[in-house]
Amino acid sequence: MKRHVELRNHPVELHKFRFRLAVSACFVLVLFLILYVRFYYLQVSQQEHYHTLAEANRISISPLVPNRGLIYDRNGRALAQNYSAYTLEVIPSKIQNLESTLDELATIIEITATDRQRFKKLLKESKRFNSLPIRSRLTDVEIATFAANRYRFPGIEIKARVLRQYPEKEVVSHIIGYISRINDQDLEQLERNEELNNYRGSQHIGKIGIEQSYEKQLHGVTGFEEVETDAAGRSIRVLSRTPSIPGNNLILSIDLGLQEAAEKAFGERRGALVALDPNNGEVLAFVSKPGYDNNLFIGGIDQENWNLLNNSIDRPLNNRALRGVYPPGSTFKPFMALAALELGKRTPEYSMSDPGYFSLPGVERRYRDWKPGGHGRVDLHKSLVVSCDTYYYSLANDLGIDNIHNFIGQFGLGKKTGIDIEGEVSGLLPSSAWKMSQHKQKWYAGDTISVAIGQGYNLTTPLQLAFATMIIANNGKAYLPRLVKQIQNSETGDVEDIPGKLLYSLNLKPRNLEIVKSALVDVTRPGGTAAKAAINASYTFAGKTGTSQVIGIKQGERYNEKTINERHRDHAMFIAYAPADNPKIALAVLVENTGTGGSTAAPIARQVFDYYLLGKLPEAAVAKLPGRTCML
Amino acid sequence: MIEIKKIWHYLTRYMDSFLLIGILILMAVGLIVLYSATGANMSRVSNQIINMLVALVIMWLVANIPLQQIMRLALPMYIVGLVLLIGVALFGEINNGARRWLNIGVTRIQPSELMKIAIPLMMAWYFDKHEITLRLKDYLGATVLLMLPVLLILRQPDLGTALLITASGFYVLFLAGLSWRIIAGLVIAAAASLPVFWSIMHDYQRRRIMTLLDPSQDPLGAGYHTIQSTIAIGSGGIVGKGWQNGTQAQLDFLPEQSTDFIFAVFSEEFGLIGNTILLFLYLIVIARCMVITVNASTQFTRLIAGSITLTFFTYIFVNMGMVSGILPIVGVPLPLISYGGTSMVTMLLGFGILMSIQTHPKLVKT
Repeated sequence: MKRHVELRNHPVELHKFRFRLAVSACFVLVLFLILYVRFYYLQVSQQEHYHTLAEANRISISPLVPNRGLIYDRNGRALAQNYSAYTLEVIPSKIQNLESTLDELATIIEITATDRQRFKKLLKESKRFNSLPIRSRLTDVEIATFAANRYRFPGIEIKARVLRQYPEKEVVSHIIGYISRINDQDLEQLERNEELNNYRGSQHIGKIGIEQSYEKQLHGVTGFEEVETDAAGRSIRVLSRTPSIPGNNLILSIDLGLQEAAEKAFGERRGALVALDPNNGEVLAFVSKPGYDNNLFIGGIDQENWNLLNNSIDRPLNNRALRGVYPPGSTFKPFMALAALELGKRTPEYSMSDPGYFSLPGVERRYRDWKPGGHGRVDLHKSLVVSCDTYYYSLANDLGIDNIHNFIGQFGLGKKTGIDIEGEVSGLLPSSAWKMSQHKQKWYAGDTISVAIGQGYNLTTPLQLAFATMIIANNGKAYLPRLVKQIQNSETGDVEDIPGKLLYSLNLKPRNLEIVKSALVDVTRPGGTAAKAAINASYTFAGKTGTSQVIGIKQGERYNEKTINERHRDHAMFIAYAPADNPKIALAVLVENTGTGGSTAAPIARQVFDYYLLGKLPEAAVAKLPGRTCML
Repeated sequence: MIEIKKIWHYLTRYMDSFLLIGILILMAVGLIVLYSATGANMSRVSNQIINMLVALVIMWLVANIPLQQIMRLALPMYIVGLVLLIGVALFGEINNGARRWLNIGVTRIQPSELMKIAIPLMMAWYFDKHEITLRLKDYLGATVLLMLPVLLILRQPDLGTALLITASGFYVLFLAGLSWRIIAGLVIAAAASLPVFWSIMHDYQRRRIMTLLDPSQDPLGAGYHTIQSTIAIGSGGIVGKGWQNGTQAQLDFLPEQSTDFIFAVFSEEFGLIGNTILLFLYLIVIARCMVITVNASTQFTRLIAGSITLTFFTYIFVNMGMVSGILPIVGVPLPLISYGGTSMVTMLLGFGILMSIQTHPKLVKT
């Protein structure tokens, strides 16, 4: 063998290999030469021919942008619509001196400082071959004036565009969201999803809210047109045409009337309200106050308005219903009460004496009740009606944090509900495992005490509270909350229903539910914390008030609303459903920095119920409510 | 100072600086053209920079592996590639009418890409094992090794990749000394089997070939690409229209202008002068690869180096040929210049092997 190897690895073989490699090298050179000859032929011999072809490149394929689907409320009232208008558009790459051209343009057509600012911002974000709008909604006179002067402005053109409009502005801005110009991130995203071709020619894309989450439904399918053009790029005739398919219309479960009633009930106060239909999870109202004018974002928002919105202390761009996290306060108690009954830690008959505070065995620290001196003898029913803290302090100590976490977690607190708009946050329902992984600390018995009354580490969104309330109202059925009720094919008019989706059912004992629910009804009767809000109601409703602390109060001090900075005052909360025996609506209300739930949050719920169940509009009485002066 | 020198020396120990500089210059050219081809889209350019950095790191890693280790990888790589290709045929994702991608949970992969390296490695390894005997049956064995994956890739269907992989395998056969008579026989057989091929081809593949013969026959369909790219090249003239000033490219007449047709953008904007420089740069890189091949000390390293070099050349020729209208349109990127991460990685993996061959101590067989 060895001998063979030596025989083989030898000059002859090597010589043969080198010869073959030399042949390959010649092969490479010959083929490169062929390429070079081809280039020479194209670029030198035929250059003039191809130059003419390029100049007169006559067939261009232009996209036909589909009309975006419309958005309606459940009664067919428009929330997002389209209108055609003429816009004045500039292609920066075709203009030598942009500034002076715009100055000159301003002498024949009105261009405000805001228009210019917005245009400058667009210019920075766009490519120089793009056509950018400087003015929209041109009047007939303006169109005629420009047409007569068109020769002076190469690179500026009037285009017929279909524009988006949100007639309800602030009222539904946190639901609808907005579309805006496609930017680089959007392009990347579209490219990853292999949707770029469908957006050729599209200028806008949904950025937030329904406009974003239902972008696929709303956008439609882009068509194409093969056009013969002259040397200047003007089209002469259409060679072939694939029409676009318009986007689908969306019909929301939102009742615009109810939404407006809720808005009015809030007046100028900040906060959020989410109302669900307990029979199917449809979102009936979804309010986050303050809202903002979403029309501002469509053509790209100008710097001044952006600063106003973005820097406002009221944070109008923050979707409080979806993304605001607040301690649930005493609205947490009904769930604690159910846990006590279901897990057998309390009987309905058990009562305790409330001295006005609770202490852990062997610890000096006192956990105070909101009522100095306490409520006397308290059983489970009374603990909910008067919102006794001490009862829940001792209950929580008996339950332990992990029982609380596991049981109340079933009501969706501390989890995303999965509503059909993006950006939802999960909040927090603490557990010992969470504290260990997050803070590397073990859970202390003292931590459990403040969790009992919805403070401490507890954080929930108004949407989650409404979801949990719905589950109590309908005796344990967790329906997926959703804003879109139907999808309509805008060409045929066919409507497709989206059926309610039951996520899961809780197996709760009817008797236990009955005990808690009857206490919640008594909350709205004389002696209950929300009694005032229910005076003269022609239906019964059930609810629970809550107060959510913004800042901690030191041991031995008292909360005094008058001495505290307005933004540090407590948030008022209220969860409720009505009618109590056959619920048609379940909701959660949060009013920021206005104190207790019974006095400010519950009256808002009452007005919403009045509208939904009786068709009654809120009265001007809201003007008398505390808080800042009301404009409505 | 001395420390830095030491680290630098350590990092560049297994780099072939001549080849590296050539590669870097071509990459820089690629970025300049890409910026123009994407209409000044910086995010595309930075994506490509990331692709390049990843590929360069992979090249560095491969160059640091001694050849004996790489040789050991040949058989496992080939088998894994073959299994994945069978997987594609059975469970692959269909995209644009072709089944090329395999979803392996974490990510999607295109196993035919792996085969571009695995085939020459496997065949070079095979010939190295059978070095002593080299008879006709060994060449037949090697052909079977080659045809198995090629047939699977043809079925996807991906004619371009199948042809390129066949070419890379053929180069190994050729350099290993396949007799001229058989080569002549193969050419005749190939010519004779053309009608058979024609009948099993997919419609779109036939259309591309028909279009090559007469693009004007179908100016809005398959011929559109060729017509627009030849107009782009031709109208560029001797000096070109200038960077970012190509009307064909900037007004979107060119198809796929950042990937397979990027050469048309380059050619339109930099003209014949640009083309001359680009061909020259490629030629220098190829020449360096040939020198490395000649200096290689074992049968395995010679064959693998030769095959990688010639495959690199084939990519260039097929891409430029298709863009300038002398070859049918097959989806082949222009090496080191077209946008895309996969082909960049495959290409630099090959260069990594070449560097390893050049820079590791040569083992002379006794």
